[in-house]
Amino acid sequence: MKAIERVAAARAIDRPTALDYIGRLFGDSFFELHGDRRFGDDRAIVSGIAELNGMPVTVIGIERGHNTKEKVFRNFGSAHPEGYRKALRLMKQAEKFHRPVLCLVDTSGAYCGIGAEERGEGQAIAENLFEMITLKTPILSILLGEGGSGGALGLAVADEVWMLENAIYSVISPEGCASILWKDSSKTAQAAECLKLTSQDLYKMGVIEKIIREPKHIEDKLVDSLRNIIYNKLHEKKALPVEQLLEERYQRFRRIGAAD
Amino acid sequence: MLPNSLFKKPLNALEGSEWYNKVTSKPFVPNDLWIKCPSCKSMLLSSDLEENLQVCPKCRHHFRLNARQRIAITVDEDSFQEFDKDLLSKNLLDFPDYTKKLKNARLSSGENESVICGTARIGGHACALSVMDSSFMMGSMGSVTGEKITRMFEYATKNRLPIVIFTVSGGARMQEGIFSLMQMAKTSGAAKRHSDAGLLYITVLTDPTTGGVTASFAMEGGIILAEPKALVGFAGPRVIEQTIRQRLPQGFQRSEFLLEKGFVDAIVPRGELKETLARLIALHTKEEGQ
Repeated sequence: MKAIERVAAARAIDRPTALDYIGRLFGDSFFELHGDRRFGDDRAIVSGIAELNGMPVTVIGIERGHNTKEKVFRNFGSAHPEGYRKALRLMKQAEKFHRPVLCLVDTSGAYCGIGAEERGEGQAIAENLFEMITLKTPILSILLGEGGSGGALGLAVADEVWMLENAIYSVISPEGCASILWKDSSKTAQAAECLKLTSQDLYKMGVIEKIIREPKHIEDKLVDSLRNIIYNKLHEKKALPVEQLLEERYQRFRRIGAAD
Repeated sequence: MLPNSLFKKPLNALEGSEWYNKVTSKPFVPNDLWIKCPSCKSMLLSSDLEENLQVCPKCRHHFRLNARQRIAITVDEDSFQEFDKDLLSKNLLDFPDYTKKLKNARLSSGENESVICGTARIGGHACALSVMDSSFMMGSMGSVTGEKITRMFEYATKNRLPIVIFTVSGGARMQEGIFSLMQMAKTSGAAKRHSDAGLLYITVLTDPTTGGVTASFAMEGGIILAEPKALVGFAGPRVIEQTIRQRLPQGFQRSEFLLEKGFVDAIVPRGELKETLARLIALHTKEEGQ
């Protein structure tokens, strides 16, 4: 599969979204918590507490919606600063109870607009990076579809980062890259190739820890196995002494792109 | 067939000559006698401008400085000791033309990367210092940019030094793909450790600071200063205009706007920056009753 085909698959309209996974992984145990306590409630981010094989976890997902109505309601999965602040509030809450955090990332990027800038989109993401690196509870981030730049990273400073097979993770969209670098939007496919944004490329480069094979639709078998591997990982990380957990998280990012 | 060069019109008679190549491959130094202020359109004598720290004496427009100029007007004389000067970026993704672009950037800016790091004294106070340079690929964040800044934070943490970072950046460096993005997390981690050690980090936002730098260490300073009218934002104004399909209001994303919205502590004119930094660092090193 070519990189551009992965891009298309990651964005496909019928692709399961964060809420689909939350529903299938946690069922009725998911209790949604709203608001950043500062400005409002960002509907692009769905967050709450749920049970995973009996273990309470904090779940934070970026939801893009399925049809036009849902997409508009969810702002197409592009979060405003209050979304990142809501996420951080829930992460701090999780830290208090030493409850593991699961982030489900699927966004073309943080929203760019007047309100987002006025309320400090850059500051909100920066604060998440700054706080997540030392959050004293395990964090696992899974990229479900699109991992768009800083907007994705704001929920992906984690102990491990996994990707679904057809998810992508990139510093810029291939369209943006082609138009900025080559002033030629017809070179999108080439840009997708050059950016090395597929799960396979990122795994090879040591940027992610795991690729989750995916069938076309969410099947019970996939959900069961996903639930188990998430549980096992969070359970394993939860048992680590906090200092070791944080040191390993720091080094995970410290070594990326380190010069000799 | 005729040689290709027959159809090319030289820009001037000297193009292609040895002299021309020598001059254009050197770092750009404005040596014209007169410079036009892009803001108030006044003609300024370049020596006056230099004396005034590259600030227009008429309208206070702050011209962009490169990192060496910035260091020269900020630190105590001969106090700057550079770190990791020879760290060079590699073409990690084998991205088309990136190797050539890096080489050109090194030639045209005279620097090896988009940030210069080291230790210095400001008003007598020792500190760590990172100064970004817009003349190197628009101050974009490559792996080496992130690595140098991270090392500076780690050094400052270990040696219990305050750190001052002057930011200027167009954001991520596309040619380094995901490695560029990861520098945001890496530098933020190092900034957090420095902060947790109880140490002072001052950011000085200069024109323009956008993208991944804004969304990481630029906004993580314990104290955030900005030069007047600097453009500071996450998304660039052009991208926002394209997304929302309307014109942005006057002054949007400028320092004064960020001050009003609560995202910077103070706007400090260039002429007062050194003294302000020295004063702030002094407030954090003083023991009670000293």
